[in-house]
Amino acid sequence: MTGTELTVRIWRGQEDGEFQTYRLATRAAQTVLDVVTEIQRGQEPDLAYRYACRVGMCGSCAMTVNGAPRWTCRTRVSAVARKGILKLQPLRNLPVVKDLVVDMTTFFVKWQKAKGVFEPGSVPLADFAIVKPNSAERRAVDAGVECIGCGICYSACDVVAWDRDYLGPAALNRAWTLVNDVRDRGQTERLAAVAAVGGCHSCHTHMSCTRLCPKNLAPTYAIGGLKRASARAALKVTT
Amino acid sequence: MNSALFIAQRMTAVILAFAVAIHLVTIIYAAQHGLTAGHILQRTHGNLAFLALYSTFVIAAAIHGPIGLRNILREWLGWWGHRIDASLFAFALMLLALGLRAAYGVFVA
Ligand code: SF4
Ligand code: SF4
Ligand code: FES
Repeated sequence: MTGTELTVRIWRGQEDGEFQTYRLATRAAQTVLDVVTEIQRGQEPDLAYRYACRVGMCGSCAMTVNGAPRWTCRTRVSAVARKGILKLQPLRNLPVVKDLVVDMTTFFVKWQKAKGVFEPGSVPLADFAIVKPNSAERRAVDAGVECIGCGICYSACDVVAWDRDYLGPAALNRAWTLVNDVRDRGQTERLAAVAAVGGCHSCHTHMSCTRLCPKNLAPTYAIGGLKRASARAALKVTT
Repeated sequence: MNSALFIAQRMTAVILAFAVAIHLVTIIYAAQHGLTAGHILQRTHGNLAFLALYSTFVIAAAIHGPIGLRNILREWLGWWGHRIDASLFAFALMLLALGLRAAYGVFVA
């Protein structure tokens, strides 16, 4: 594939804007982020995009690539280009700041709303909590804790698109890891928060989040766990 | 509130799964055996098992349906708060009244 021409159509502007077309030679093992960087350095100095780590850790480089959200630093052009064409747009479901950059504020505000924050309680634990590596809780935490906050799942989710109150897969996934954290002291509030309007019950189990999460997490299952946990909590309160 | 509705919806779903299956099997049986309305009413008349089954069916449906509808109205029309709850409560009562009336009507006919 090296040496052939790649056509890259990039969204320029904000909500209103248009695609501009750039052409460049393909290189071996090139990532989508490499392409954007090459265009910005060589052809379009005011092209706005985001990245930091370039190795799949920071979660800042996500964009819509040929229709699906991807982490661009770990996505090879050869895996996603269609007939030598790459179409790059900002992530869906978040306001566009400029070109490929979105405003992630709502995404993180919803993490707070879902109580996706560790709650240590007012008094520190007297001793270390003992967490067995193969306990069900620990394994549930392991399954979801590697989230890098890239927003890909949030962008992939249709329920987020049509229900602006929906907390979204990432926030609910984080809440689920905390529900399974035996040290956490904010479970009642958390389970109430994720069961409120826009919480776990709004999920339609479409699984787009689970299909596209670059860390291979499964927010859909985490959300299922929250439905069970909040139902159990509701039964306990009423009995 | 949402958790209670979630539980109610799942539990009524279990009841409906059985009730709908029995309902369908009965319809197919009646059609296959050429039962007339008269034959059917003969069997349902004064039949407490029939009344109990269909009353449970109606109650489950009157709970299950409006909860699903509530989600649809919220997502598609943005209905919200007391307005949606009051409308759907009325809808549930209507289903309940019409359904129980029908079951009772067949029972006494
Ligand atoms: S499974 Fe739920 S959270 Fe994930 S994409 Fe579907 S609706 Fe959204
Ligand atoms: S759950 Fe996956 S897709 Fe969603 S923010 Fe975390 S790492 Fe990204
Ligand atoms: S640049 Fe950090 S994850 Fe892609």
